[in-house]
Formats: sequence, structure tokens, C-alpha cells
Amino acid sequence: MTTSLADVAASGATLRAFLHGLPGVDRVGADQRAAMLGTRSIKTTAKARAIDLAISMVDLTTLEGADTRGKVRAMCVKAVRPGGGAPRVAAVCVYPDLVPVAVEAVAGSGVKVASVATAFPSGRSSLDVKVADTAFAVAAGADEIDMVIDRGAFLSGDYLKVYEEIVAVKAACGEAHLKVILETGELVTYDNVRRASWLAMLAGADFIKTSTGKVSPAATLPVTLIMLEAVRDFRDRTGRQVGVKPAGGIRTTKDAIKNLVLVQETAGADWLTPDWFRLGASSLLNDLLMQREKLATGRYAGPDYFTLD
Amino acid sequence: MFEYAPAPESREIVDLRPSYGLFIDGEFTEGSGPAFKTVNPATEETLAEVACASADDVDRAVRAARKAFGGWSGLPGSERAKYLFRIARIIQERARELAVLESLDNGKPIRESRDVDLPLVAAHFFYYAGWADKLQYAGFGTKPLGVAGQVIPWNFPLLMLAWKVAPALACGNTVVLKPAETTPLTALLFAEISRQAELPPGVVNIVTGAGETGAAVVAHPEVDKVAFTGSTEVGRLIARTVAGTGKKVTLELGGKAANIVFDDAPIDQAVEGIVNGIFFNQGHVCCAGSRLLVQESVQEELLAALKRRLGTLRLGDPLDKNTDIGAINSAEQLARIRSLSEAGESEGAERWSPACELPERGFWFPPTLFTGVAQSHTIAREEIFGPVLSVLTFRTPAEAVEKANNTPYGLSAGVWTEKGSRILWMAERLRAGVVWANTFNKFDPASPFGGYKESGYGREGGLHGLEAYLDV
Repeated sequence: MTTSLADVAASGATLRAFLHGLPGVDRVGADQRAAMLGTRSIKTTAKARAIDLAISMVDLTTLEGADTRGKVRAMCVKAVRPGGGAPRVAAVCVYPDLVPVAVEAVAGSGVKVASVATAFPSGRSSLDVKVADTAFAVAAGADEIDMVIDRGAFLSGDYLKVYEEIVAVKAACGEAHLKVILETGELVTYDNVRRASWLAMLAGADFIKTSTGKVSPAATLPVTLIMLEAVRDFRDRTGRQVGVKPAGGIRTTKDAIKNLVLVQETAGADWLTPDWFRLGASSLLNDLLMQREKLATGRYAGPDYFTLD
Repeated sequence: MFEYAPAPESREIVDLRPSYGLFIDGEFTEGSGPAFKTVNPATEETLAEVACASADDVDRAVRAARKAFGGWSGLPGSERAKYLFRIARIIQERARELAVLESLDNGKPIRESRDVDLPLVAAHFFYYAGWADKLQYAGFGTKPLGVAGQVIPWNFPLLMLAWKVAPALACGNTVVLKPAETTPLTALLFAEISRQAELPPGVVNIVTGAGETGAAVVAHPEVDKVAFTGSTEVGRLIARTVAGTGKKVTLELGGKAANIVFDDAPIDQAVEGIVNGIFFNQGHVCCAGSRLLVQESVQEELLAALKRRLGTLRLGDPLDKNTDIGAINSAEQLARIRSLSEAGESEGAERWSPACELPERGFWFPPTLFTGVAQSHTIAREEIFGPVLSVLTFRTPAEAVEKANNTPYGLSAGVWTEKGSRILWMAERLRAGVVWANTFNKFDPASPFGGYKESGYGREGGLHGLEAYLDV
């Protein structure tokens, strides 16, 4: 890391000066660019490859109060073997108390277990509780932690608080990978999305993630575009690569493919692997499987030919 | 990395005829000049033979327009509006057909003809249809001029037709239009559409041909108004021809626009704006942002980002839906772009293009940028009308204005900064018909368009565009 970036978080003032010194984002222009990339036409062989790639990038997620061991086990089975010869997904994402169930269910498959933590989804608790929440999930065997930032602190300008929390949670993660959820639907402006992205990366995030899935809008194309620009620029500046995970609202194969186009034409091909790009979703997987089947056979099968888990 | 598989738009929708005649008095007729071929610039394949209008044919067309003028101008505005609305709707219904034909004949990517040209064409007809019965509120009177002779270029064939025909008809004029010799096909399909809309015979006449046909249209004594879009060189000839005749003239000519990027600009969007400014339509745009003026303090960062972005541009088959850069419209234009680029190199500017494979057949030129360009270089002075960007630097806002204005042209300019007050300060000082702020190449039928200095005179589009077609 260059010295200038090492000192960025020396104080609230330096951090603020750095984040506010990033180039602005023009909303109209960013929306237009994302919309233009959304018109890319991905057909035939390219579509087949994109569908398999997208499946391999899915973080198959269930984050409901009603989640049970049975529900998580069933989802894990699907994650390991989505059916029809499709590749396994990248990870399953569950609440901390269900991590042991997921760990057991995916053992030996290569599917990772991700857990949300830090008083998900609002992030409204003390740092101690957040760290304890993280440590609990890690001790239970989580490979990846999806933390939320304190949006209240961010919006009130207390960037140092957000930074220090991420640093503390990162320390609690140990070997586990840290994904930092920005909850862009609450940050609202694209300038904020860019600043929060840099803030998370400076604090040590392995991944930056758009949303919890509990707030609308979630992963819009322009927001993902801006985060992809941020990881690209961060690597240029520091040499460290950070992953991106749009999550929430990605339901169709079309949406997934638009995301892959965005990755390819913004951050570049280096990010087009499950190590560096994930799609947080639940219902998306079945649509990908349905389109996969359609490409292979030329016919659409009814929804009952795809399992609901 | 995943390669995009070819995604070609089907040609099937276009019903190409082996030969096309002139459209005079509501009928397709033979031309008495030697027929010429129009080719697909992406493949050099001949698309069709097109009739060439001699001076006699032009005379027939002007007489047909004259004969139709009384009836057309005598209609209540609300009735003329109905025809224009009908034409606009048919254009929307047949948009895909028109877009494919435009890309075939012109070489522009289908993404642009589909998403930019055609929606704007329809929007122009809708917009001026709305004016037809409200002329008394526009402030230029309600008296049409008579027969309008219109000569349009090859870069936006159908869109330039719409810019010319829609306001002329809305105001009660009749027209004789000459499309460019390399791109006559969509104008001829428009002739068919005007029949489909049951436009009275003679209201729109289309005469195809080269420079001589255009000269005959301009010089015809019964033409009351001349509207031309094209090169400054031809614009001068036209101004000379009509001087002293009492004909009203509007000229929309060349440009050498500055796209000015300040150090506080939204960099990623500025890069998109620069790309759009110069590589949209292969740079065949009179208002193209062909001079990038970048503040010296962000030059390095901006150029690195720009070069990286150019590496993602997809050049190739114009009918492929993923193509960003299509073919150069003609061998002649390609030769001009080549020779000016060579001049750039030999005068000492540094040339750069991304790795980019050019198809073997057809007319192609890679996206190119020149750095280290000075105001005195040929490529900073002359309009290249191709995908070639000259990069210059400035230190202060005043210097940016001085350099931007230091050109015989004055059609457009772009300003990129997050500071609102600076945008207004710049816009007041830039001598350009259009100043875009944090965007580029944005068009709307409600917005007037036109130039200062050698970029021409008169305005097209918006309320201002009515003035050119009314006897003020």
C-alpha cells in the first residue's frame, strides 16, 4: 500500500478528506452507462457459458426468521448439486446459529459457508456485540462473514467509526473472508456508494457487497457498476484485489448476465470467477437452471421440473 | 472471460429492391441521369441501384412541390398535424426495418440506429406535429415560405431527413429533398412511408444523386428556401449560389468541438462522454467532441482511464447488436481520415489505438487518439469526421475557453466539472451553438441546434427551428 493510503485513516479528518477527494459520480451518466451495458445481447454459446459461470457464482441464501435446520439442509443439498449437471454454487449464506447445519451439509463439496453477522441487517448494536456475533459464526465454521456497516454513522459523517468497526470485525474473522455490506439502498447517492466502497476496502474488506436484501432498492446495475469501478481503481492504486457481490433483487438469468457483462466491461476478466464475483440470491438459481435446460433442449420445462428448496 | 457470441440483427425484415427510382409527385419514376450503386460500407456489397436526378428531373420535382404547395399550406394546421402524427407512428411501427436499412447503407452499429437514430426520428415528427396547429403562438407568424430545397448528409441519413422535413411540413411548406449519394435508401423508404400515410402527392419529393443534383435543387429559381447540412466547403458554394436570390437559407456545417474536462470532473462519466463524443457513429458527427481539452493536473489519470476504456470497444459487423464501432461510410471518407491521421503523425503528435482487428473487406478505421497535440497541428484545426481524437491540455478555465474558441468552427462544446457555477461561467463564454454539461451528444427535438462562425447559420429543432420555415 502506498504511504498516502496507509495514513488515510490516521484520524477522522484525514479519512474524510480522502473519501471526499474521490472523483464524483454523475448519476445521469452512470445510469446511462449501466443501461447501455444492459443492452448487450448474449446468445447461444456465450449464453450457455454465462449461465454456468453465474451458477458457480451464486451465494445461495436464506435469511428468514422462519429458517430451520431442515430448510437449511435442503438448500445445501441443492447448492452442492443444483441438478441437470449444473456446476455447484459458490456458497450458502445463512444466519449464524444455522452455520453448523450448513457446514455439515456441504462438507467436502467445495461449497463455502457464509454467515451474516454484526447485528444483521440493521447493524444497530454495540461493537462488542458485533464482534461477538462474528466470532460466534466463525467458531461455528463459517468460511465467509457478511457484515453490515453502520449506515447511521456513515450518513452522519462518522467515517472513522465505520472504519474501526470493519477493522475490528476483520480481526474477529481470522481466516474467514470478510464481505462488507454497504446497504446502498440506504446510502442513496452514488457518491456515497463510491465513498463507502473505498472505506470498506481501506479497512480490509475482502469483498464489498451491495445489500442485505432487506431494503429496496437493492443491487441495481448502476450501483454494481460503481462498486466495480471502485475495486478496479483500488487494485490499480494498491495492488490488492477486492471482490464484489451484488445481492438482492437479482432474480432472472437476464439480470445475472447483465451483471457478468458489467464485470467484464468494467473491472475486467480478472473478476469473472467465483473468487472475485458473487451473486447473492435465492430464487435466481432456479431461473438459471430453467434457462440452462432451455438452451440444451430448445424447450422450456414447467416450473415443477425444478426443485423448490 | 467470456466472449460474446455473434448476435446479428436479421436482414430479413428489409425488403431490398434491386433498383430504386426518384420519388416525384407521389410516384416512383425513372431518373434521366446515369443510375449509381449504393454499397454496404461494411462489406462493399452492392445493395441497390439508385436513379440519378438530372436538372430536368429536379425541375419536375420542384414543379410538383409547387403544385402541391397551395393545397398543403391551405390545410388547417390541425389537419397537417394529423399527417405528421401518422408518419411518426408508422416510423415507430417500422422502426426495426428502418434501423436495419440505415445500418446496412450507412455502416453505423445497429445499437445506434435502433436506440438513437430511430427514436429521435419519430420524436421529431411527433414534436413538429404538435406545432402545426399552434404556429400563431410561436412568434414567427403563420405564413409558410413555399418550396423548400433540402440537401442532407450521409452521417445520419434518416435523422437529418426528419430534422428537415418535419418542421417544413408542419409550417405548410412542401419539400424537394436530396439524400446523400452514399446513403439514399432510408429516404426512399421514407417516400414509401409518406405514401402509406397518404400524404398528398408532391408534398414530399425525393431526388437522389450526387453533387450536381444537389446543386440543381439549390439553384432552382422556384425553390424558396434552402436547407443544407454537410461540409463547410459545400456550404460556402451554396451561400454563393443563393446570394441575392431572396431565398432563405439555413446551413448546418462542420465542427471541431472541444470536450473540456476539469480536474474535479466525474472521471468515469467523463471518460464515457469522451468516448461517446468522438466514437459515436464512428466520429461521423458534425458536433463530435474531436478535441479533448483536459486540465493538465488530471491528464495522466484521465488518459489511462480513457485508453483502458477504448480497449473494450467492439468494432465490427454493424448489424451485430454488440458492436460499438461500425464501418466508415465510404472509401473516400476513409482516405480522408487516413491522410489527416498521417498528417497528425508527421507533424509530431503521438498516435495510439487499442489492439483492434479490422475486417478484411469494407471500410474500417480503428478508434484512434493523438496525444501531445498543439493548437497548431492540422488534426487540431481540421474536421476529420472520423474516429480520431486529439488530446490537448489547459491550465486554467480562461485558457480552456481561449483554446476551445480558437477554431473557425463553433457548433458544440462539452464541459465536465462538478462545479455548477463553473459550468455557467464556461457556457457564457464558449462560442458554440450547443454546450453540453457533464454529457455529450444529447439530442432532443425540443432543443435548438446550430452553429456559430463557419459551423453555419440558422437553428434546427425546437421553437427556433420553426423560424427557418416561416415567412417572418
